[in-house]
Amino acid sequence: MGGEGVAGLWYLEPRTSLGWVTGGTRPPPFLSSVLPAVPAPAMGLELYLDLLSQPCRAVYIFARKNRIPFELRTVEVLKGQNHSDDFVQVNPLRKVPALKDGDFTLAESVAILLYLARKYEAPDHWYPQDLQARARVDEYLSWQHTALRVSCTRAMWQKMMLPVFLGQRVPPETLETTLAALDRCLQLLEDMFLKGQDFLAGPRISVADLVAITELMHPVSAGCDIFKSRPKLAAWRQRVEAAVGEDLFREAHAAIMKAKDLPPADTAVKEKLKPLAQLFM
Amino acid sequence: MGLELYLDLLSQPCRAIYIFAKKNRIPFELRTVDLRKGQHLSDTFAHVNPLQKVPVLKDGDFILTESVAILLYLARQYKVPDHWYPRDLQACARVDEYLAWQHTALRRNCLRALWHKVMLPVFLGEPVSPEMLATTLAELDMALQVLEGKFLQDKAFLTGPHISLADLVAITELMHPVGAGCQVFKGRPNLAAWRQRVEAAVGEVLFQEAHEVILKAKDSQPADPTLKQKMLPKVLAMIQ
Repeated sequence: MGGEGVAGLWYLEPRTSLGWVTGGTRPPPFLSSVLPAVPAPAMGLELYLDLLSQPCRAVYIFARKNRIPFELRTVEVLKGQNHSDDFVQVNPLRKVPALKDGDFTLAESVAILLYLARKYEAPDHWYPQDLQARARVDEYLSWQHTALRVSCTRAMWQKMMLPVFLGQRVPPETLETTLAALDRCLQLLEDMFLKGQDFLAGPRISVADLVAITELMHPVSAGCDIFKSRPKLAAWRQRVEAAVGEDLFREAHAAIMKAKDLPPADTAVKEKLKPLAQLFM
Repeated sequence: MGLELYLDLLSQPCRAIYIFAKKNRIPFELRTVDLRKGQHLSDTFAHVNPLQKVPVLKDGDFILTESVAILLYLARQYKVPDHWYPRDLQACARVDEYLAWQHTALRRNCLRALWHKVMLPVFLGEPVSPEMLATTLAELDMALQVLEGKFLQDKAFLTGPHISLADLVAITELMHPVGAGCQVFKGRPNLAAWRQRVEAAVGEVLFQEAHEVILKAKDSQPADPTLKQKMLPKVLAMIQ
């Protein structure tokens, strides 16, 4: 924030002058005619996130870990805030995460992660220059959309959100099928991606690991003990948490880990979320 | 052994890779994996890709799955013209955004349209209820609206003034319901004009060659009972 000349001072030192508030507001009209025209301070990077959402957590962790300066704009999906007029301007697809960088808006967590990695020149290991190493990250980021992402979302919603939050009964056979599918995905994660490596795409942590770990915390938050009897995956989880930093990891997951304590939704919310709930059955 | 691409042009992502490689004169050995003959389920192919899916790239010992990853690898390895995957930060992000969105949106709907309208009944002898088909086509319609309204808008191509990987991936997807007899461009003049531009940029001959197989999908020979038994659960999982 800053500004040149007299007008800038009004923005920076409001309380020592005539006491009006800054934050991108213009001086009162009676002063506009004597002050030079100064554009409102440009808004920096804004990240529209709901930490209840897996891809939002991946973006949050990445930005914080790499000390990328941003304004956090919380969008609570369970309250329908993704349908607000303001948010639809940012992302007409009405989904989180979304990014706004000046006039530039961007949806899709994978696109956002890569944009941030490039713009802020994150350390190479996050999205390596080496062609084959990079291809391994791309391969994971592509595969996960219709694989781990789907089974983690379904598991969490069917085990917890649907019955507890929305009061909707999920037939035991449905939940069983979902957990079996999750189990198969986890096996693929271990056999096809992790294999004997320390991280999913090689010896160092990359955006692939961030995307994966934040997915896995979804069923974990619903009480699915997915790391039990999977020592390889559990060890990988420890490494990812250590690489990210325990505090940041815990902070990013505070909301989802408390999701099981959410009070049941009221009737209005239940009605609004019905179509969303149908998707997860 | 040089670059090998394991493809079946019946599959949308395989067509995108085929067109991209040919257009950019990338030298490769085409290894056809005939899905309708169950060749993807063979032990030999399992050595190439244990997930039993196409497309697959094999470059010496390096094996890569996932069409988006393959397209990006080829673009970088063979240093193709910038417009395919621009260096410019924001232009590149627009391509990434499309490539991410399409997995669970247009891709899914185009796949379901083909299988519900043609492949399940004709190839696997599994009837599909009119209600299910109607739902699928309605969902496809919504995806087309997003394609036009959010991505294409009034631009020449999906992510800007020049053709990119996003357009290749999108057009090959749309040819799936076209192959099933769905008139996706009817009543969508903007989209139809974009299609013309993409075909012209790719080259008519190459475009037609890549789409010969899908355009004859409705003439698929019914699968024998053994193959049907093997394929049906996998197909149902794939199109869910």
